[in-house]
Amino acid sequence: MYIRSAAAVSPQASFEALFTGAAGYQGEQLSCIEPDYTSYIDPKLIRRMSRIIKMGTAAAVESLKAAGLEQPDAIITGTAYGCLADTDAFLSRLVEFKEELLSPTAFIQSTHNTVAGQIALLLKCHRHNNTFVHKGFSFESALLEARTMMGENEITTALVGGVDEIIPASHALLRRFGLYRANGNSLRLVDEPAKGTMAGEGAAFFVLDAQPSGDSLARLDAVQTWYKPAAANVVAEGINALLAEQGIEWKDIDLIVTGRNGDAGDDTLYDLFKKDIPETSFKQYCGEYPTATAFGLWLTSHILHQQRVPGVEGLKPRRILLYNHYQQTHHAAYLLSAC
Amino acid sequence: MSAPVYISGTGVITAIGNDTATNLDALRSGSAGMGPIRWLETRHQGQLPVAEVKSSNEMLAEKAGLPAHFSRTSLLSTIAAKEALQNAGIPDLEKWRTGFLSANTVGGMDKTENFYPAFLQNPAAGRLREVVHHECGAATEITADALGIQHYVTTISTACSSSANSIFFAARMIRQGLLDIAVAGGVDALTRFTLNGFNTLMILDSQFCQPFDENRRGLNLGEGAGYVVLVSEKVAATLANKPEVQLSGWCNANDAYHQTASSPDGTGSYLAMQGALKKSGLKPCDIDYINLHGTGTQNNDVAEGTAISKLFAEAYPPMSSTKSFTGHTLGASGGIEAVFSVLSIQQGLIYPNLRWETQMKELPFAPVTTLQEKKVEHVLSNSFGFGGNCSSLIFSRIN
Repeated sequence: MYIRSAAAVSPQASFEALFTGAAGYQGEQLSCIEPDYTSYIDPKLIRRMSRIIKMGTAAAVESLKAAGLEQPDAIITGTAYGCLADTDAFLSRLVEFKEELLSPTAFIQSTHNTVAGQIALLLKCHRHNNTFVHKGFSFESALLEARTMMGENEITTALVGGVDEIIPASHALLRRFGLYRANGNSLRLVDEPAKGTMAGEGAAFFVLDAQPSGDSLARLDAVQTWYKPAAANVVAEGINALLAEQGIEWKDIDLIVTGRNGDAGDDTLYDLFKKDIPETSFKQYCGEYPTATAFGLWLTSHILHQQRVPGVEGLKPRRILLYNHYQQTHHAAYLLSAC
Repeated sequence: MSAPVYISGTGVITAIGNDTATNLDALRSGSAGMGPIRWLETRHQGQLPVAEVKSSNEMLAEKAGLPAHFSRTSLLSTIAAKEALQNAGIPDLEKWRTGFLSANTVGGMDKTENFYPAFLQNPAAGRLREVVHHECGAATEITADALGIQHYVTTISTACSSSANSIFFAARMIRQGLLDIAVAGGVDALTRFTLNGFNTLMILDSQFCQPFDENRRGLNLGEGAGYVVLVSEKVAATLANKPEVQLSGWCNANDAYHQTASSPDGTGSYLAMQGALKKSGLKPCDIDYINLHGTGTQNNDVAEGTAISKLFAEAYPPMSSTKSFTGHTLGASGGIEAVFSVLSIQQGLIYPNLRWETQMKELPFAPVTTLQEKKVEHVLSNSFGFGGNCSSLIFSRIN
């Protein structure tokens, strides 16, 4: 499977900005730098769209534009929380007005498949359209479906994306679970392990191809997930097996991109990669959220294409292992090669 | 021809029964599951009929072997998925790579909506155990953990077509050699959120619904869960009870017309049914029964009916909406109706479309109104939803 294009709406302005001056955030969360949506979406439609729909649609349209593709054979999204703002709006009103005087607008846009549905509507795309909503596997499931569809010769191209938003209510709730540190400094997040991470959000979309095109960003050799592995060595052995399947060894990996999030407990799980291989991480740029690996894949794709690594001088990686876990429950490894 | 994927077990819980056998009895006897609201706490009690599973959370929790404070979604899901796996009777389950691929639209909303009143007053208030299972994926993981399934878990949410999509994603994973066994389908519990949501859309029937009737007034919401166990040829060879049914075709298409309404000509429905036929290599005349999406709304039934009249004009197969029994169970409907489709082939049954009275003026065909017993080789099952999501599945007898 080849990555023809990758576009993101994230707490960073662009891949280039990671070299010239990455955006830093203080406190508990990172927030998306939103583009001028009028360059992606009809202004009449924008007014009716909630923020997550706009972020997802803009990233989708940008990735299609970069790929020079009008109609993908499939649109597949992953979102753990779905359209939170509309869900919160409808639920709050339902509580406040005791199930009376409700309007359907927020309910209509609260369903998890709204982003994928709106993209189909915008493109007038009648092809396969699916939405995965499985916590820290939402985005990986979407990628896996694209892979199985290519395997069945049902499609040759797919638009695949991961999207999640922070809203005040969701943040007020999640912070009660003790997930976040009080006075975070995002760009130092990974360098200063402590209790808690910083919350993040974003939309990252990809045009995937069964075959290489002249301008593919990278080749996605493998994606593998592990649910609640019984011991740390389950993932380590799984990655060894993944490399073996690809006919390569650890020494063939030029760079490891990890999902380190600064939480001391979470980050010990990444120490299994303390090998003599350069390592970088991505959550200092996007924060922690269930579909953050979509941002990680966006970053990794551009690293391979442009042959330069933010924060690491002079490295020109040809093969990258991207590894992430979400709350120690959902583990995912990606193997990518330069084209 | 790619490797076949067999159905080796079914599990279902709906308003018409707590397992496959009782659902089948009700389908045979024509007993609908709608009634006044009993378990859901809502101001619409006494006004809107719904098709509730006839058990309190405590009763369901005992059956599922889970705590009663867990979301109703997770309780229903676990009961039906356990039945499916038991029914499949796979020896040495642990030696295979087994996945649980579920679907739902509400997640733990039934608990979140109890949490929210206190939380809205004060963001530090409310018991966290009421929201800890809010996400759609939570119900899936509770069930997977109860079943001891670890190799692969995922959850799909495409409104009312959700669980049809999980079933054929599972089939593809088996065909691609990524899994040996998959428990696939979906679940949804009734919540105030969905009841009020559909009520604001003014598509709820205050009487028992009448799908595909000229005078239909809307849908009745239901709840439940339905799962099938899909196995590879290799697994099927080890089973004492040889599977009789396979999943032979599927397609997901998008109407790309409106966020909630179907296009008048049923473009998405047509493409989904046509695509599923193409995948299975069957012709329209091979289909012995269509399990309709048939919600009972003005919009769905005319769009679905128009698409059927374009595709099946040569010879209309018998068809019916079993939502006239179970109500519209949203994210569970594709899974529940997959179970009914498998039973249709196994038992040689075509279920009646209950309460049908008047021919729709736009359509040249009518649904089946009485139980028919005949040999059934191929069943087409439709599931369409918000966001333009349309999916069709074809189940076939293994010959």
